[in-house]
Amino acid sequence: MINPMKFGVVIFPGSNCDYDTYYVLKEVLNQPTFLLWHKDQDLKGVDCVVLPGGFSYGDYLRSGAIARFSPIMQEIIKFAQKGGLVLGICNGFQILLESGLLEGAMLRNKNLKFLCQHVWIRVENNKTPFTRKAKVGQVLKIPIAHFDGNYYAPPETLERLKRNGQIIFRYCTENGEINEEANVNGSVENIAGICNASGNVLGLMPHPERAAEAILGSCDGLAIFKSILDIW
Amino acid sequence: MKIRVLVSLKNGVLDPQGQTVRHILHVLGYHQIKDVRQGKVFEIELENIDRETASRLIPEIADRVLANPIIETFSWDFLD
Repeated sequence: MINPMKFGVVIFPGSNCDYDTYYVLKEVLNQPTFLLWHKDQDLKGVDCVVLPGGFSYGDYLRSGAIARFSPIMQEIIKFAQKGGLVLGICNGFQILLESGLLEGAMLRNKNLKFLCQHVWIRVENNKTPFTRKAKVGQVLKIPIAHFDGNYYAPPETLERLKRNGQIIFRYCTENGEINEEANVNGSVENIAGICNASGNVLGLMPHPERAAEAILGSCDGLAIFKSILDIW
Repeated sequence: MKIRVLVSLKNGVLDPQGQTVRHILHVLGYHQIKDVRQGKVFEIELENIDRETASRLIPEIADRVLANPIIETFSWDFLD
């Protein structure tokens, strides 16, 4: 048997999806998984780093703005620049944006509400390590839970993301239609998740770790985790 | 030495909080209010630094930390 993939889940002060993510990787997917502390400077030899959801540093200043400067993030930035796999979920996505590993920024949700609900997202590109087991156009039912998920990028950045196929997930209806009604938080172009130009860094607002077992209402999040395992 | 840094959303960037404040002002009858943009204020105290060096330092920390240059701009002033 080939070596299993080693995952690392980062804990920042205020992370609150760290153990859910750890549980899914370790117990549901049976992969060796390590917890990485924000003050650490050692990634423990992991193959994929996951930045979990939560409210790192209380979301003070801007969501993700303080976590970006933590010691572990300096290592993760180097790891990502060398092609290492990095997945940012919700607050993890916000940290990736603040750290410049992904392009764009988050604004407060258009209706100013904290949104905690199941949404549907459509897979726009499956030629990434995070979506290769999904089909283009496939609709995933995955919950969101955020205040600042209103994705924004200036027009020229947006054009480049589109041209390079870096828009990976978009909010849609249950039938996969992209419209304003499905765009719960007001994101430009219904964007729910993007990757970097080389495809090894992905950020998304929905929580795939909360949709990894049938008892929780959806297993659609597994499409993302199993895609990562599939490259191994 | 005291400095005040004002961070605001760039023109063209949606400001749902500012829009909500404008809305409630209209509801209260203040129809002269054309637009509201919400921002952040930082009052910063410095020591062991001259004004010239501070004038270089403040834009650096505003650009690096206080504001996100993708969505925000900043201005600043000495308070003393």
